[in-house]
Amino acid sequence: MSSSVPEDLKYTQTHEWVRFNGSKAVVGITDHAQHELTDIVFVEPPKTGKIFEAGNVAAVVESVKVASDIYAPVSGTVTSVNTELEKNPGLINSDPYGKGWIFELETTDTGENLLDAASYGKLV
Amino acid sequence: MGETAKKTVLYEEHLALHAKMVEFSGFLMPVSYDSIIQEHLCVRQHVGIFDISHMGQISVRGKDVFSFLQYLIPNNLSHLTNGKILYSALCNEQGGIVDDILVYQKSKEDYLIVVNASNTHKDFQWIASQAKRYSGSKVADITPIFAFFAVQGPQSLSLMEKIGFKVSSLGYYHFVETKFENDPVLISRTGYTGEDGFEILLPKALAVSLWNRFLKEGAPFQVKPIGLGARDTLRLEPCFSLYGHELSDSITPLEAGIGWTVDFSKEDFIGKTGLLNNPGTRRLVGFEMLDKGIPRNGYPVYKNGQKIGVVTSGSYLPSLGKNMGLALVEGTNDIGIPIEVEVRANRLKAVTVKKPFYVPLNRRKK
Repeated sequence: MSSSVPEDLKYTQTHEWVRFNGSKAVVGITDHAQHELTDIVFVEPPKTGKIFEAGNVAAVVESVKVASDIYAPVSGTVTSVNTELEKNPGLINSDPYGKGWIFELETTDTGENLLDAASYGKLV
Repeated sequence: MGETAKKTVLYEEHLALHAKMVEFSGFLMPVSYDSIIQEHLCVRQHVGIFDISHMGQISVRGKDVFSFLQYLIPNNLSHLTNGKILYSALCNEQGGIVDDILVYQKSKEDYLIVVNASNTHKDFQWIASQAKRYSGSKVADITPIFAFFAVQGPQSLSLMEKIGFKVSSLGYYHFVETKFENDPVLISRTGYTGEDGFEILLPKALAVSLWNRFLKEGAPFQVKPIGLGARDTLRLEPCFSLYGHELSDSITPLEAGIGWTVDFSKEDFIGKTGLLNNPGTRRLVGFEMLDKGIPRNGYPVYKNGQKIGVVTSGSYLPSLGKNMGLALVEGTNDIGIPIEVEVRANRLKAVTVKKPFYVPLNRRKK
């Protein structure tokens, strides 16, 4: 099953994606991850203002069968969370790189340690 | 995945249908083909087919088997006539649950016992060891001979009839041994979803062609193949127990809410003394989350700040659109009781509710 891996994003080994925009980093889970999890029915987002180190558990995404930890891909402070997911967690399935974004961090990290699309594409 | 995981005869068909495969009870089984929610709703609204070939079948035959089985199980075998099926717990001496089983009476000298996949070997050993006292009883694990399908949903009868199975007069918890083309099949009106439906035990050689026939002939009924993920949510809505969750060697049938399968008026059965001496103090309660969060197996349950038990099963339930579960708790069996479920170190509000959450077809008032 081939899944979409947009060129302009950075990725983690644990299937998060990051979109950098200046000092902001928007985070979600990849198309491959949403496909593996199947129907997302609940998202526990981080609290705005919370500070994470890269690799900390920042959110939880639950499918019908399992709860999966979502890790902060970079260190930073949560500036915003996607409140739409509260009503419609399935946005992660239908639009994982767009309306299915999960949270945004203020960060000084530029993502050098993250995977580019080509490297992530080889993983999945 | 374990290298020794077994494949059912339909393994290649599941792969061709793009199933996600997981190891379950030593078998590689489909967890879902597409979407657990869509598969679940398909069974509630139309019809679904399930490969349940991982489940165990144990044959018990011989001239003494009626009295042997009457001693083996807590339920009363005299409820059975030829062609009928009895649900029962299978207990150990202490009254803990070895398994929950279906007993099919072909005759008073020939019974089929259908058991949980995870327990096939344990049950066979247990039943065979108990049978030693009854010289005329032959116990055999016949699981490897057969494939096993479930056809479940409001359109299941129409689909069965279209394929040529004449089963409209088959009553709930009855079975018939018949032929499909020239092969012997055993069809029962049973299931694990709360919908009308059938289970078909058939020779392995027939399995692939019959499976594909169901998918093809079922297209006008919007049939889907259904994986273990939806099988679990479909059984949780009507509050059917799952071994390893609501039932275990250290839980009694009285605690697990299947006390109705224990007939204390019988002279003796394995576990009778144990259950009379120690019926167990916990009760299985249903609950609904009030705070946002999904309960899962093993999460602690609190009442007034005191830990009273654990969640045995919990999920988002697709037909109800709610997060609900079952919990084995001390001290309460009432509905409307505020409780808390600990989800990732947060105690979330929930309330006990009436079981079943979804009324199974056979219990619906007309």
